[in-house]
Amino acid sequence: MPATESQGLRAWLMSDAPASAWQARAQRIYLSWRVFARNPIAMTGLFIVGGLIVMAILAPWITHSSGLDPVLDERLQPWSAQHWLGTDELGRDIYDRIVWGSRITLYIVALVGIIVVPLGLLIGTLAGYMGGVVDNVLMRITDIFLAFPRLILALAFVATLGRGLENAILAIALTTWSPYARIARAEALTIRNSEFILAARVAGASTLGILLRHVVPLCASSVIVRLTLDMAGIILTAAGLGFLGLGAQPPTPEWGAMISSGRQFLLDQWWVPTVPGIAIFIVSLGFNLLGDGLRDVLDPKREGG
Amino acid sequence: MTDHNGQTAGTGRAPSPPNRLRALVGVFFTIVLTFVGLTAVTFVISRVMPVDPVLAIVGDRASQEVYDQVYLRLGLDQPIWVQYLRYINSLLHGDLGTSIMTGQTVMSDIARFFPATLELATVATLLGVFVGIPMGVVAAVNQGRWPDHVVRVVGLIGYSVPVFWLGLVALLVFYAKLGWTGGPGRVEVYFDGIVEPYTGVLLLDAALAGEWEVFRNAVSHLILPATLLGTFSLAYVARMTRSFMLDQLGQEYILTARVKGVSEFRVIWGHAFRNVLVQLITIIGLTYASLLEGSVLTETVFAWPGIGSYITRGLFNNDMNAVLGGTIVVGACFVGINMLSDVLYRLVDPRAR
Repeated sequence: MPATESQGLRAWLMSDAPASAWQARAQRIYLSWRVFARNPIAMTGLFIVGGLIVMAILAPWITHSSGLDPVLDERLQPWSAQHWLGTDELGRDIYDRIVWGSRITLYIVALVGIIVVPLGLLIGTLAGYMGGVVDNVLMRITDIFLAFPRLILALAFVATLGRGLENAILAIALTTWSPYARIARAEALTIRNSEFILAARVAGASTLGILLRHVVPLCASSVIVRLTLDMAGIILTAAGLGFLGLGAQPPTPEWGAMISSGRQFLLDQWWVPTVPGIAIFIVSLGFNLLGDGLRDVLDPKREGG
Repeated sequence: MTDHNGQTAGTGRAPSPPNRLRALVGVFFTIVLTFVGLTAVTFVISRVMPVDPVLAIVGDRASQEVYDQVYLRLGLDQPIWVQYLRYINSLLHGDLGTSIMTGQTVMSDIARFFPATLELATVATLLGVFVGIPMGVVAAVNQGRWPDHVVRVVGLIGYSVPVFWLGLVALLVFYAKLGWTGGPGRVEVYFDGIVEPYTGVLLLDAALAGEWEVFRNAVSHLILPATLLGTFSLAYVARMTRSFMLDQLGQEYILTARVKGVSEFRVIWGHAFRNVLVQLITIIGLTYASLLEGSVLTETVFAWPGIGSYITRGLFNNDMNAVLGGTIVVGACFVGINMLSDVLYRLVDPRAR
């Protein structure tokens, strides 16, 4: 990437004396990117996750069908030029279903992230910043959730909320937020005694203002690294719930549910349940690689831990 | 963990010597609190369920009179906290209600299904520990060279592959195509019921009864699911062992030992590894606990009659007593094992003494 950049921009990004806060920020991102780009593992992860996103965006243009309507005289066909990955038990093109399924996968991780990150950040920073009783109460609650078996609890939540994709997502989120609160609290503890927080307080900033404008942004990077590392787990749990029939319901092309419905054809048409599994594997691997790389870049201290 | 990155606040309080008793009391307090939390969650779940608990018992053709009777007997007219206390009380008496599926008490169902899960999780953990720890040590000693990369790749695959899918593929290859292992279930149908279930752990029972035919068959059925689950604990154990070992190998006492001319083998296994062993207690406890719950998906794929498949079947039959009873038991084991390893760690680690 640097080779294609114009010399002026490069110099601006590498300058020793940034002229503005905006330039300094751009420089920091650029330097992080250079570390990141040199890490082949991280780049592989980025490539896979990027590919998933592109696939999800382009889905209407790179598929022939919606992957939902049965074509009964084309049932269980093997790979061919017309059906790249064969067809399933209702004659639906597996390639089309995988491509449409990528949207569901992204929908799951995005929604879980949107619920879990703010919740964890809020509880964690509040506990860390306020200390005392607030800290004690919030952290005991976090501990309790941390000590629970996640999958079983998600099952119990789905049982209450009813089967379905959104409920599965909610169940996963309810069982995932606690480590984020822990991380955010640890960060907030180190930040709360810094001088700039004191300065903000002296200047008359409200507690909520300090939390949102100063503490939360500084805690965000650790939380986001953790989220990237958790993405694979979230995808696997969602697929597991789909496989058990508790997540996305047919005919939704959710990959876990596809494995489940293709399961009975394992012996004779092995590709029907196998292909969605490979898709899940590749995407989880991508997120794991990306998370590993991000951790190395953003947080070199914790390397290998 | 490095020692100076401000992480200590979140990860554990290292008690100073006179505080050891206080720390243990603290652990005990945490256990009680966690159990209260666990029961509170299952209680809330059971109350907001769309299934009417009275209708589930009397059926929808019962008269209003019968309905009211059961309603009162279940204490549903009481305030919510009284209901919760009653719930705790019945839990403490081992009463988890009756399962609609089996018509038996949930407690007796669980007693029947739990040993199968225990058997699977135990064998899997043993595999993970006895393969994972040496792998982690070798990776740490060869940091940055090919054994390290192999361990990292195995770990990444372990973290990325959907276990239920791998189970299906393994069944296809090793059972259906190659015929090397047994298929789904714990034994072939014709071996079913030969062995008296003393412990419920089939391997033990078969060995005790001297039924080696059954034993061999049970092993051939166990090997696939156990290896599969074991791979996941292996990935985690190896990764943690590696990072603990790297921590130790970078310390000065290792340098001292090397300077004194201690053999490399003794430096690694006698010095560094002995210190790592203490830290590994927690990790092993953690994997064991997570395998107990993680077996849900594996059990479904392999038709393993354990607690995981009991809970899932309960879910599909709207059998909330079975689901919540199973959740409580697995949750209690999970919490219990974690706390136990925590206590053990405090007792063994000389720094915590």
